[in-house]
Amino acid sequence: MSTTVMWIVLAATCVLCFSLKLLGHLVPEPWLANPRLQRINALIPISLLSALVVAQGVVVKTHVVIDHRLAGLAVALAALFAKAPFPVVVVAAAATSALVYHLH
Amino acid sequence: MSVAITVGTYGVAFGAASVAAGFTVLQSCLFSLLTFTGASQFAAVGVVASGGAAASAVAAAALLGTRNALYGIQMAPILKVKGVRRVLAAHITIDESTGVALSQAPRGVTAMRAGFWITGTGVFVFWNIFTLLGALGAKALGNPASWGLDAAVPAAFLGLLWPRLTTNFLRVVAVVSMTFAILITPWLPAGLPIIATTVVAVGLGWRAR
Repeated sequence: MSTTVMWIVLAATCVLCFSLKLLGHLVPEPWLANPRLQRINALIPISLLSALVVAQGVVVKTHVVIDHRLAGLAVALAALFAKAPFPVVVVAAAATSALVYHLH
Repeated sequence: MSVAITVGTYGVAFGAASVAAGFTVLQSCLFSLLTFTGASQFAAVGVVASGGAAASAVAAAALLGTRNALYGIQMAPILKVKGVRRVLAAHITIDESTGVALSQAPRGVTAMRAGFWITGTGVFVFWNIFTLLGALGAKALGNPASWGLDAAVPAAFLGLLWPRLTTNFLRVVAVVSMTFAILITPWLPAGLPIIATTVVAVGLGWRAR
């Protein structure tokens, strides 16, 4: 991705995300309070974050690839089950992944 | 204070993820200053890192940002602000500020307003300081894989996802979404499966449970 495109991604993300925040404050009638829209909206972060775990954890371009990152993710999952705080989860995942990466 | 430390760590993780995705330190800081909504920022740099198109990156960020509009609808009648203060209020309308404000409901509207402004401003300051530190740190480290940074990013997403999985239904949504994302990955251009996975949310949220 070229530098120009990355600036465009940055600018568009900033403008859109701020507009969404402002929209909520400006809409006088709760027309976004439709129950179906609310239900779907509550699920969207879960679907997107799940997809991002996959895209960043086991995908290279358009291929599913099992490598050192999955070892890190497995440790992160175990840490979350053990109710570890966020910093511990991320550092444990990074350390495991780095270790497996260097052993290979 | 514990909120501040948690926000700080997310900020470091974002700064690092952003630099690992190829953004400069300045761009990473601008993301946090001007977008200021963690999950959307993570999504935008996440799609870029996975080789996705610019449109996919922006769309993922906007989809994750829609919930802030719903927060604004809840907060506007409580805050009752106009002009510049309304713009500022909109900018700090995020998970944490809205969550704290709503939790203060039993203590009255003044406590709710205080909770909103203090939390929103505090998170803003910490989020931006730690984004800068994370971005500088990642730049100093170099090769992301060598330091496990490439696994830290999906682990951070997992850490963002985890506290949201409060019911069995939501856990099912997460598992179905991950499975769906894996299955469609070979068939779509990079980055697009992330957006496409929202059909799982639409499908499972369509009917009342």
